[in-house]
Amino acid sequence: MKSLSNKSKVVTNNKMTFLESIYLPAIIKGMAITLKHFFMRKASVQYPEQQRPMSPVARGLHVLKLDDQGRERCTACGLCALSCPPEAITMVAAERKPGEENLYREEKYAAVFEINMLRCIFCGDCEDACPKEAIFLTDRLVPTEYERESFIYGKDKLVEKTENRIDVTKRQTKEVLAFKKNKRYKHNR
Amino acid sequence: MELNEFIFKAVLLIVIFTISLVVAMYSTYGERKIAAFMQDRLGPNRAGIYGLLQPVADGVKMFMKEEIIPLASNKGIFILGPSIAMFTACMTSAVIPWGGTLTISGKEYSMQVSDLNIGILYVFAMISVGVYGIMLGGWASNNKYSLLSAIRAASQMISYELAMGLAIIALIMANGSLSLADIVNHQKNGLWNILVQPLGFLIFLVTAFAETNRAPFDLPECETELIGGYHTEYSSMKLGFYLFAEYINMFVSSAVISTLYFGGYHMPFIESMGLSANAVTLLGSAFLFIKILFFIFVFMWVRWTLPRFRYDQLMNLGWKVLVPLAILNIIITGAAILLF
Repeated sequence: MKSLSNKSKVVTNNKMTFLESIYLPAIIKGMAITLKHFFMRKASVQYPEQQRPMSPVARGLHVLKLDDQGRERCTACGLCALSCPPEAITMVAAERKPGEENLYREEKYAAVFEINMLRCIFCGDCEDACPKEAIFLTDRLVPTEYERESFIYGKDKLVEKTENRIDVTKRQTKEVLAFKKNKRYKHNR
Repeated sequence: MELNEFIFKAVLLIVIFTISLVVAMYSTYGERKIAAFMQDRLGPNRAGIYGLLQPVADGVKMFMKEEIIPLASNKGIFILGPSIAMFTACMTSAVIPWGGTLTISGKEYSMQVSDLNIGILYVFAMISVGVYGIMLGGWASNNKYSLLSAIRAASQMISYELAMGLAIIALIMANGSLSLADIVNHQKNGLWNILVQPLGFLIFLVTAFAETNRAPFDLPECETELIGGYHTEYSSMKLGFYLFAEYINMFVSSAVISTLYFGGYHMPFIESMGLSANAVTLLGSAFLFIKILFFIFVFMWVRWTLPRFRYDQLMNLGWKVLVPLAILNIIITGAAILLF
């Protein structure tokens, strides 16, 4: 049968020619290749000092955004937890008390918000599902830990600090914003 | 031997010993760097500038490791193994002529610790004893893998020493002496032995790889089949001695190759430069070291290029190819001597 891709080769078991059987030309050829690589540019990245640039839309460690007045945007609707394929997100909702208006934007908020980073597959579905623009994936990486428990990130690690805002404007491209406003999706209505 | 000469030889011995240890130490660094460069990596570069302190760090690590002697091993022989390997590796450099003659206050001193008239045979003897280190260590470990490795090392040595000896015989026929100093002086006119004995050189080079247990003939320490080979059960500095002995062997082999086939300390056109005798000698020694370093590089270059031979291929190559070729080489050399 004729090959369509032309990639397959017919295997032969011919006897080696004299030049092949003394190995030397092949050895010299191989050594020329290694010598060429000796002078080639190296692929190594000196990690802690040198880091590869991440894509602006890289999906890494999550952030829970605050609004411009420093109030938590999350209303503990649970859509992110529902959309999460590996079920890494869990939360406990609570009602805002009078006097807490400067902490939470809406009347309901997440008292506990946990993401298990060992379960998370960084698909970004939570970000898509969020109707309040509260959760985003960022180009930061989840650091290594010694204990499994330390990978369960609570609000202390997820919520951004007012003095140290995490910029997510790079990932809010035109297409993303259009998607967020599309009324076809239930959570955008 | 008078006192002055004795002191000179003692100093020379210590200097050569130190140099060979330092070169072996930095060969480990060079090996890792060369391996990395050939694989498009950077290699060790964290300990000191360009990673130059890496051998020191490795040495400290080796000393800090726990010393384990297996309960079922033969303790005396177990300790004897690495000692022999290290001892014989350091012994060979005594007969290599490291340079011409130095004139100090009107007296001439030869830059060779001992000019044995059977220098080559001494080198051979030391290399042959060297395999006992591997054999005894592997056998005393009381470990199947180590034992297999020891057997491999022994049979490989025997097979390749034969071809090596035959290659040397042709060289001796062409030079007319067993003394290394005479062989070097014979190449003084710029006609290096590589030009006279190209086939012999090729055989010698291949067997030198096998004798030093370097890839592609590193079957005694073949990780994929034998875990670590003869040093599977060794730990701490005993393991370090085995690994270090390999690098010293490599240095000595390079020195022997440079001496026998590449004119030793002779530098072409050096007489026409009009330097003083001592400067010529020292330049010659430096040139010998350049040759040695080049051959160490070739050793590593080959290791990181070629895959390991299978054991039957190794034996085939040794007995069916190299030995007949070496005999052919002797016949050609003999015919050439007879005719010209």
